[in-house]
Amino acid sequence: MLKGAALGFAGLALPLDRANASFWEAFFQKHFREMNDAEIKKVISRLEKEYAEKYKKAITIGNEKPLPGVLYGYGLDLSRCIGCRRCVYGCVEENNQSLDPQIHWITVLRFKKGEKWVDLENAEKYYNPETVPQEDYFYMPVQCQQCENPPCVRACPTQATWKDPDGIVVIDYNWCIGCRYCMAACPYGARRFNWAAPTRPSEKINPNTHYLGNRPRYKGVVEKCTFCIQRTRHDPGRYPACVEACPVGARKFGNLLDPDSEMRYLIKHKRVFRLKEDLNTNPKFYYFFAYGN
Amino acid sequence: MKRSLVMCAAFLFICAFILHPSFAESAQQELPKKLFVTPPPFSEGIFPCSQCHAGMPVNRTPRKLEMMHQNIILKHMPGGWCFDCHNPDNRDTLRLANGKIIKFEESYNLCGQCHGTILREWKNGLHGKRTGYWNGEKQYYLCVSCHWPHDPPFKPIKPLPPPVSPSDIK
Ligand code: HEC
Ligand code: HEC
Ligand code: HEC
Ligand code: HEC
Repeated sequence: MLKGAALGFAGLALPLDRANASFWEAFFQKHFREMNDAEIKKVISRLEKEYAEKYKKAITIGNEKPLPGVLYGYGLDLSRCIGCRRCVYGCVEENNQSLDPQIHWITVLRFKKGEKWVDLENAEKYYNPETVPQEDYFYMPVQCQQCENPPCVRACPTQATWKDPDGIVVIDYNWCIGCRYCMAACPYGARRFNWAAPTRPSEKINPNTHYLGNRPRYKGVVEKCTFCIQRTRHDPGRYPACVEACPVGARKFGNLLDPDSEMRYLIKHKRVFRLKEDLNTNPKFYYFFAYGN
Repeated sequence: MKRSLVMCAAFLFICAFILHPSFAESAQQELPKKLFVTPPPFSEGIFPCSQCHAGMPVNRTPRKLEMMHQNIILKHMPGGWCFDCHNPDNRDTLRLANGKIIKFEESYNLCGQCHGTILREWKNGLHGKRTGYWNGEKQYYLCVSCHWPHDPPFKPIKPLPPPVSPSDIK
């Protein structure tokens, strides 16, 4: 579907004050997956120029393709997580999330031990004691589960979000029309909407970005965790920021297709489960209890 | 409490899930090719220990230390004492039960004498933490960077601020 048509369909007025060359280039930009490398390069240099003007510093936009033979998987040890939220803010800094309005890609939920786990939507996420962990509670961070069968992708009317062969569900912020169907479709509440123009001071912008990842976003688009695509989709690739931010080592990451990866080790040796297994979304985000059961 | 955890894991919106057997076949790798560890998290100025201990008499009597190391009060291995781990003949090193002398960079093997399962899981990236490259060189955090060996439970910390609640938004 043409983006222009979709825009009209959504009833958005064209911002006439932006009727410059760059705007029309953006307007007629092809779908990301239909562009060849040269076209992508052109789009990227246009965006880099726009960002440089806006943030007064150089921001590089990568376009690394999925690595062959790689399917990313994530593990989270609920028996170790202490709910300290280091991951939340590590993610904010790495991925250029808006400070005001506040956007967090990771939400840490708190549950009372022994109680039935309530639904994700009604779980406590504002807890703020002096220190964690607290007796009698356990904590469950939730972020995009990178489903093998993602309902958000199916819901998107413009194909602005899709799953790449390495399993990462990505969003093209220049194709997203902000209809938020994907948010309604996501069973994990993992997508975030920019209700207002995102704000982040220039000196706090992480300039190492990926087109489909942490490059600065716009008002009216949806965003979410991408397993730190700008760090992980390299050979060698770094661990996601949240893995490195976790003080207790509850977060694990690796290649599900590599029999020697820590992901395969934990799947083999621990009983893992995934959220809302019954929906057949088939997430690549595995929760487990390393001890205690 | 343990049981209730198990119970609730079974309940709810989640189903316990055991992977397809084809996932679980490959031989388990015991030792990564090369191990890089984080530096020992010594307090400032304490190392080398020999700056004081060279030439100092060794006192093997279990006691409350009063002249130095007052912050060290053993709450680990009931009945144990300093020289179950430290080397009386060269304080800059550690000593295993079998007499082998190791460097502080290798303290995980000291812990592994009694916590063998955890050591194995640590080497495989399951217990503890690694940073660096998921498909390349990794740094392993030493056990002692999370567990003060003299009183090892992980200490509680202050959480970072909760998200702003919708009702806080003007
Ligand atoms: C379970 C083994 C074990 C026992 C028992 C033990 N230690 Fe240690 N100790 C260690 C290890 C391992 C380190 C290294 C920590 C590091 O790498 O920073 C250490 C570090 C130290 C340090 C340096 C601390 C610092 O501030 O950096 C001192 C001093 C010390 N031990 C003294 C003692 C004394 C005194 C005793 C007896 C009361 C004792 N230790 C008992 C294992 C042990
Ligand atoms: C600034 C000097 C100083 C440094 C540095 C120092 N120690 Fe000590 N240490 C002492 C003194 C003094 C005592 C005796 C304390 C007492 O008897 O109350 C002592 C006692 C000990 C003891 C108890 C057994 C004994 O021989 O008395 C151990 C074990 C020990 N030190 C280990 C270490 C280790 C390991 C380091 C290095 C990581 C270290 N010390 C660094 C001064 C030092
Ligand atoms: C000589 C045997 C021995 C060695 C060596 C040893 N431990 Fe232990 N450790 C024990 C025993 C026994 C317990 C359980 C009883 C206790 O808590 O004191 C224990 C308990 C622990 C606990 C759990 C504490 C709790 O209450 O949850 C941790 C963590 C731990 N050890 C870490 C370490 C680390 C790190 C090292 C290496 C610096 C180490 N241990 C070396 C014997 C040992
Ligand atoms: C990144 C931090 C980290 C590192 C590194 C780490 N641990 Fe732990 N460990 C924890 C946390 C968190 C717990 C759970 C809370 C506690 O019991 O202290 C734990 C628990 C333990 C326990 C208690 C038993 C259990 O299963 O809960 C032992 C024993 C232990 N660790 C030993 C080790 C040893 C030995 C090493 C190194 C081979 C090591 N740890 C490395 C964070 C760490």
